[in-house]
Amino acid sequence: MEKLVVIGAGMASGRLLEHLFEADPDRFEVTLFNAEPRGNYNRIMLSPVLSGEKSYAEIVTHDDDWYAAHNVTCRFGEAVERIDRHRRVVVGVNGEVSYDRLVIATGSAPFIVPCPGHDLDGVIAYRDLDDTNRMIDTAPGSRAVVIGGGLLGLEAAAGLRLRGMEVTVLHLAGHLMERQLDPAAGYLLSADLERRGIAVMTEASTRCIQGTDAVEAVELENGTVLPADLVVMAVGIRPAVALAREAGLTVNRAIEVDAQMQTSDPHILAVGECVEFAGQLFGLVAPLYDQAKVLAATLLGEPAAFAPKQLSTKLKVTGCDLFSAGDFAEGPGREDIVFRDPARGIYKRLVVEDDRLVGAVMYGDTADGNWFFGLIKDGTDVAEMRETLIFGPAYQGGAAQDPMAAVAALPADAEICG
Amino acid sequence: MTAIRSTCPYCGVGCGVLLAPDGTGGLQVTGDPDHPANKGRLCSKGSALADTLGLDGRLLAPRIEGQDTDWDTALDLVAARFSETIKTHGPDSVAFYASGQMLTEDYYVANKFMKGFVGTGNIDTNSRLCMDSTVAGHKRAFGTDTVPGTYEDLDEADLVVLVGSNLAWCHPILYQRVLAAKAARGTRIVVIDPRRTASCDGADLHLPLAIGSDVALFNRLLVAIVEAGALDPAYLDRVEGLEEAFAAARADSTDPTGLTPDLIRHFCDLWIGTARVVTVFSQGVNQSSSGTDKVNAILNCHLATGRIGRPGMGPFSVTGQPNAMGGREVGGLANTLACHLDIENPAHRAAVAHFWDAPRLATRPGLKAVEMFRAVAGGRIKALWIMHTNPAATLPEADGVRAAIAACDFTVVSDVTAATDTARLADVLLPAAAWAEKNGTVTNSDRTISRQRAALTPPGLARPDWWHIAEVARRLGYGRAFDYHGPPEIFREHAALSGIAGGFGRDFDISGLADLSDSAYATLPPTRWPVAAKRGGRFFADGGSFHADAKMRMVPVTWRAPAAKHTPRFPFRLNTGRVRDHWHTMTRTGRSARLSAHLAEPFVEIHPQDAAALHVAPDTLVELTAPTGRAILRATVTDAVQPGTFFAPIHWTAEMAPSGRIDALVAGATDPISGQPECKAAVCAARPYPAAWYGFAVSAAPLAPTCGYWAVARSAGGWRAELAGTDSPVDWEQAARTLFDLPEAEAQVLSDPARGVTRLAFREGGRLAAALFVGPRPLGLMRDYLTTLPDTDTLTGRAPADRPDPGPTLCSCFGIGVNTILAACAAAAALGRGLTSRGMTDTLVLTTARRQKDGALADVPRLAKRGTELAIYMGVSTAADLAADLVASGMSPDTRVEVVADASKRGETVLRTTLGTMALAIREAEISGCALILVTNPTAADVSALRVAS
Repeated sequence: MEKLVVIGAGMASGRLLEHLFEADPDRFEVTLFNAEPRGNYNRIMLSPVLSGEKSYAEIVTHDDDWYAAHNVTCRFGEAVERIDRHRRVVVGVNGEVSYDRLVIATGSAPFIVPCPGHDLDGVIAYRDLDDTNRMIDTAPGSRAVVIGGGLLGLEAAAGLRLRGMEVTVLHLAGHLMERQLDPAAGYLLSADLERRGIAVMTEASTRCIQGTDAVEAVELENGTVLPADLVVMAVGIRPAVALAREAGLTVNRAIEVDAQMQTSDPHILAVGECVEFAGQLFGLVAPLYDQAKVLAATLLGEPAAFAPKQLSTKLKVTGCDLFSAGDFAEGPGREDIVFRDPARGIYKRLVVEDDRLVGAVMYGDTADGNWFFGLIKDGTDVAEMRETLIFGPAYQGGAAQDPMAAVAALPADAEICG
Repeated sequence: MTAIRSTCPYCGVGCGVLLAPDGTGGLQVTGDPDHPANKGRLCSKGSALADTLGLDGRLLAPRIEGQDTDWDTALDLVAARFSETIKTHGPDSVAFYASGQMLTEDYYVANKFMKGFVGTGNIDTNSRLCMDSTVAGHKRAFGTDTVPGTYEDLDEADLVVLVGSNLAWCHPILYQRVLAAKAARGTRIVVIDPRRTASCDGADLHLPLAIGSDVALFNRLLVAIVEAGALDPAYLDRVEGLEEAFAAARADSTDPTGLTPDLIRHFCDLWIGTARVVTVFSQGVNQSSSGTDKVNAILNCHLATGRIGRPGMGPFSVTGQPNAMGGREVGGLANTLACHLDIENPAHRAAVAHFWDAPRLATRPGLKAVEMFRAVAGGRIKALWIMHTNPAATLPEADGVRAAIAACDFTVVSDVTAATDTARLADVLLPAAAWAEKNGTVTNSDRTISRQRAALTPPGLARPDWWHIAEVARRLGYGRAFDYHGPPEIFREHAALSGIAGGFGRDFDISGLADLSDSAYATLPPTRWPVAAKRGGRFFADGGSFHADAKMRMVPVTWRAPAAKHTPRFPFRLNTGRVRDHWHTMTRTGRSARLSAHLAEPFVEIHPQDAAALHVAPDTLVELTAPTGRAILRATVTDAVQPGTFFAPIHWTAEMAPSGRIDALVAGATDPISGQPECKAAVCAARPYPAAWYGFAVSAAPLAPTCGYWAVARSAGGWRAELAGTDSPVDWEQAARTLFDLPEAEAQVLSDPARGVTRLAFREGGRLAAALFVGPRPLGLMRDYLTTLPDTDTLTGRAPADRPDPGPTLCSCFGIGVNTILAACAAAAALGRGLTSRGMTDTLVLTTARRQKDGALADVPRLAKRGTELAIYMGVSTAADLAADLVASGMSPDTRVEVVADASKRGETVLRTTLGTMALAIREAEISGCALILVTNPTAADVSALRVAS
């Protein structure tokens, strides 16, 4: 059996193992390291856990029985110290293990704003179950400040609010989720959050976090001081590449891989948020699953190549229905189609380039999200349906509009009675 | 409550209507089966009369300078100003402009007041624009203005020639009579019209002659009659002028007609070879600078052949207004006196002055309409009274006329509304009783006098027209002559005066009605004049005339080109006319959503060649310029008009579409004899309107656009508007809020700035209050759907894909759209049979099933009881509901149903099922979207006979 060592038991490597075991259960002898003291769970579902809509048990993907059934040697909770490429061994805190093939799936680490006080107790990120549990355990009625009004920060804020905390979201930009939303939609989102009791402060730059041992308050550049028992940093993630870099692999912003998920060392492969492919990083689950599939093929000696696809995201905050897909940066040749219905809290924005849909953001009514996502992925020519495009598939096809019906005037010979 | 018999207030056919008050101020209006003109039928406009009632927009009190006042104050002021003006500047410094919509009694009082007591001939009427060339032509030929024939002639003719008459749209009930004759006896129909109109649909021959060339054509016919030896020597014994007329005709050329010799020969052969020929003529003949000659050119042919006054033959002028004939009878024209008596004839004048006991009877003709308003512009007329007509929109050079009225020292307008181009200019507005509130008589095109009876009480301070005039006359000191108690008394006086006319040997003599009691007047059935020694019937069968020598006159006539000449600056010839569902300036028809649906904005018909040369795309806007004005109209590109000529409708005014005031482009050239203006041969230039944006708006409330082009119309949900402009507002939402006057309403916005697309919907209290659609080109929207102000998905501009789009309304009586009809026709073809099986199914109900706001299907069960065969164009997702509704309304679940999807297209599917299993069958066949569902009611039709052998 080939010896396969995997560092990181996240969703990408979990999917990889599933593919491998399904294809050839006896080919690899697997050792699985994980910094977290647990196996693979659905990290995307942490928000429902935080909000209390789901329990941890419900989001576990691979439990102990599964690992046992596939003879996976689990070294959970054990940090990996280094990779010795020369000897082809991985050195863990509890000893080393040799490999024929090594998969690095270290994922990413949350970015912590390096302001004074960032290391106080009570300043946490929102990345794993421990963070989630910490938030859950902080007593109801206490005050939380979430720094970062992106997808993750808002999900954290919503969950904390549901747990009975007083929550303020601080966001550096002029409106929430500025990469996905324009000011109008950001306003809708703010209004929705405020309705559920979450305070939102935009253009809010953190000067420092106050406190002696534990966090006591957050001070803004404008002098505002917000008392806080918990500060959640949700300002972004950084690929976890320290091990790879130390091992001398080619690392740019993340570990560089080719289309077969091969790193600069032919025995080492990488997958997930820690990889960089063609200059691109990956943070959403869909491409990670694609990578896992390609990687499994590579390990099995089958031809496969990873090609990034368009992505879509949904904000998992109950009642805040948000969907975004594709690329909605402004640029020459980019044309916006925008639908706004503030009274019903609906906002939709489509970005069209060369008669193709390249981006879609929807807020309040995301029912047609997957249809738009399909148009983006397929590169469908939308010129013909542009007029009713934003209204979704229900308004495509059907009775065609006769150009003569464009105006009231009928030809004189359109006479039926008299 | 028993229905009240009355008369339709639109065209000169004079159809009888039954008015059944609904007790809430409305009426149910149906055709009177006993009226000889229509025998129960009504056209689209008549059918929609009930829609035009209601008090919104009604003038309910007198107004002075825009302020409501009481009658005494208003009448005192009118009397004082008229009296003062007459005293200072003489009687010819005042004028009265009347209307063919006035009742005979009102008209009689107006004429008596002006000619007998003010002492001026300055009373003219909008009938001057309508048929005065006919009056003049009749008088030249017959000695009086006499319509020789009757409507029965249309039933009994073997050939009906329509000259300058789109009878199908303008006199639909007469056209139906002609079509019925065609079906019954094979009557052939010839249309002589520069345009291919709807009347051509039933015609055997269309002569698309050049505009204004009728004289040349009928001169040729006269020559052909002579050459063919078709003259009637016996009749010609009592006709003067054959030789001169023939000489003039022979000297004329047919070149101006632009018709091929073959076509002309074919027409002449047909005419000469058919003894029973009726030549129907209307505005295409009359509204011309050679209108009187055109009339005589036609009359010449009938006189030469003696084809006049006998069953199924004769020249026949059809009038455009309900009481144009009544106006002619009372003498409501500047150059007539009263009861077909002549103002120039001293004996006639003496008799009338004596009868009226008139102190200063006018001694010479007054100013005819166009001259009258020139005199207003020139300041020679200083006090003006306009009753029930809209000269600021309808006279030639309308912009100049509007300015003249505005500048006139004192203008009184009697009308039912203050919202007309003319009423807005009045110093004093007098509130008049409306059609259904008035009592009196009208005379239709075949001399039938019909009663118009009040079915509703005049609202507010509104009073009948005769009362307005009598009250002013009383204040001027003529109380005794105007001490009327009501229309019967006026009618008796008029009838008595006509007896004097009869004594002079005139045609109009209804003295047999001079002693009519009030109760007999109340029940007076339709009565054709004369009513004296001679009663009703036809004139002139045996020759003879009303000239002093009792001889007919044939008049030598020669073609003349229209007065307005093409120039390089104004290279196009502009024809104007009516559309099917509107009438005059839309003060009545414009109130009906049904009628407004057919053609909701003004348009110009342009030949494809011209459109291409002008770079005018279909449905875009065109700017027409003439020396006297400009218009912006929707381009309808069609070969129904000839290259180099345009056609535009006359109906739109500043109230509904300020750039559609087509008479602003018409020059004031008139016929030298009749004074009738040439409304159908203007010249103009054309270019694409440089629209930066096109818009369509719907609104529950009236809306007030200010953009470069706009046309508003009533719609099912309130109002609709077509809009366009040369500059786009910076902020469309703000512009729309101003347009709709909805500063606070919730807005829903769709914008596609790269494409110049903006769509806005405004809600108030959870309901759609208004919506605006803007795009860079003419907008493809489901207008019919949007005008219902749909609550959901408004900005899509269309119903969801599985709901049917009935398309633009073709049948306004029942609101059926073109797509419904096309689907039904295609479905019938798919089933291999006609939609109706004549003899077995007597009614086909064709409709569109759509879910109403309350979730119920519109009207389908109600319709099911009306017809034996139902054709429903609908989204199949509601098929189960339809079936349930029909079963609930009493139909058997076993009723045979055929479902035809995608008829005549690829994927055509035909299901034969029953009402009970229909929904399941549709699901199993996986039919989606829209389909035509045919339900055959077995209680009335023999199902087995209908079954298709397949």
